[in-house]
Amino acid sequence: MPDATVILDATAIQRALTRIAHEIAERNERSADVALVGIPVGGDHLAARLAKILSGIWNHHVPVGILDTSMHRDDLDQRIAPTVHPTEIPFDVNGKTIVLVDDVLFSGRTTRAAMDALNDFGRPKKIQLAVLVDRGHRELPIKADFIGKNVPTALDEKISLLLTESGAAADQVILKKK
Amino acid sequence: MSWTKKHLLDIESLTAEEITTVLDTARGFKAVGERAIKKVPALRGKTVVNLFVEPSTRTRISFELAAQRLSADIVNFSAEASSFKKGETLKDTALNLQALNADFIIIRHSASGAPHFLSRVLNAHVINAGDGAHEHPTQALLDAFTIRERKGKIAGLNVTILGDILYSRVARSDIWALTKLGAKVTLCGPATLVPKTFEKMGCRVTHDVDEAIRDADVINLLRIQHERQRKTMFPSIGEYTQLFGLNKARFAKTKPDALIMHPGPINRGVEIDSEIADSGRSVILEQVTNGLAIRMAVLFLVNGGKALAETAN
Repeated sequence: MPDATVILDATAIQRALTRIAHEIAERNERSADVALVGIPVGGDHLAARLAKILSGIWNHHVPVGILDTSMHRDDLDQRIAPTVHPTEIPFDVNGKTIVLVDDVLFSGRTTRAAMDALNDFGRPKKIQLAVLVDRGHRELPIKADFIGKNVPTALDEKISLLLTESGAAADQVILKKK
Repeated sequence: MSWTKKHLLDIESLTAEEITTVLDTARGFKAVGERAIKKVPALRGKTVVNLFVEPSTRTRISFELAAQRLSADIVNFSAEASSFKKGETLKDTALNLQALNADFIIIRHSASGAPHFLSRVLNAHVINAGDGAHEHPTQALLDAFTIRERKGKIAGLNVTILGDILYSRVARSDIWALTKLGAKVTLCGPATLVPKTFEKMGCRVTHDVDEAIRDADVINLLRIQHERQRKTMFPSIGEYTQLFGLNKARFAKTKPDALIMHPGPINRGVEIDSEIADSGRSVILEQVTNGLAIRMAVLFLVNGGKALAETAN
């Protein structure tokens, strides 16, 4: 077993999400225009949790969607075909402020693919990006609007998010040496 | 989830896990077909050649749309209007297509093993769209997808394949796919078209149609393939319909939730009663919709398979 460090435990994850939700609420005055879209795997569950917190802050329902990015990746030629997840956007994205939610921001390529994939559903007024962990090493000019935790990493390290929704015993973010 | 193959040549060489990977991937692609924008850029800049040496309409159109929805460019090549008429061999034709930088060759051929042969002489991805009476892998995958979507599972289901098994590549691919996924497969039809040797593939053979469909969760009807039969295997179409066709009397004795499937083209009034084909239990048109998603998934997965083969070298 390689060295594994817990960088966020269940309480820290919950606290980070609560803070991100408040920042989203602070940034977006027109709350009725905001919808969350999670990127699987991980971001979809985080988006659902954020929506729950936000609907408590705003006192109204916040729409949540799931967006698969695998068909829009730019590295399809260089790796095994990625797992395709179902996309569910149960609302009209036109004119909305879409907050993309991902677990880890790394090269920025997933975010780019997500913006492309989102365009197939319409033209949002704004797209913002919320991530639980920003680990650096960007390869594209992409920056998150809302960040749970900045974690400086080496390229040979791997960050994994474990959530109870996907069968983990407890919520955790783990940093491992490869 | 794993897919490391560069080609899709048959179902026989796939594992249950690989088959499941295709079905899971196709789920995502089926949703793409239901959007306002039915196109994703996954294969942008790639060239796909439909090399159909044996005539086909639905499979060719399905592959054509699948490639287009993945943003690939597609060229159709049919035997009637081609250099085959001028005596060119399959290998030379394929090498010429590769010289034009085709990335995928989808082949339908009357000779069993033609796709396997091409996969040995070409660098392009080869996808079998039906070779002789050997295999028709994408049909089996879309059949498995349709059954899983409707029934929620495949393992443990009773699936009866009824009709011309001997000359059917669909039957062979279906048998491989469904038995690998844990279904109990029964074959039924005239003794001349359903020889006992099929039991070696892990299924049950019977010539009693009423018994074959009584406990079936899925009834897959196959067309009598006149074009592949060298001599008459049964006295007449009328007799076949009477003895093995799915008519209203037989339909009434099936399980109330048994699915009726058919790979098409259907011969109404021969292997299937017209009203049954149009009934709520028939999933024949869903199979067509699902076929498109399966073919998108296959193109998407084998493209990734190449990447792996290259990094391994």
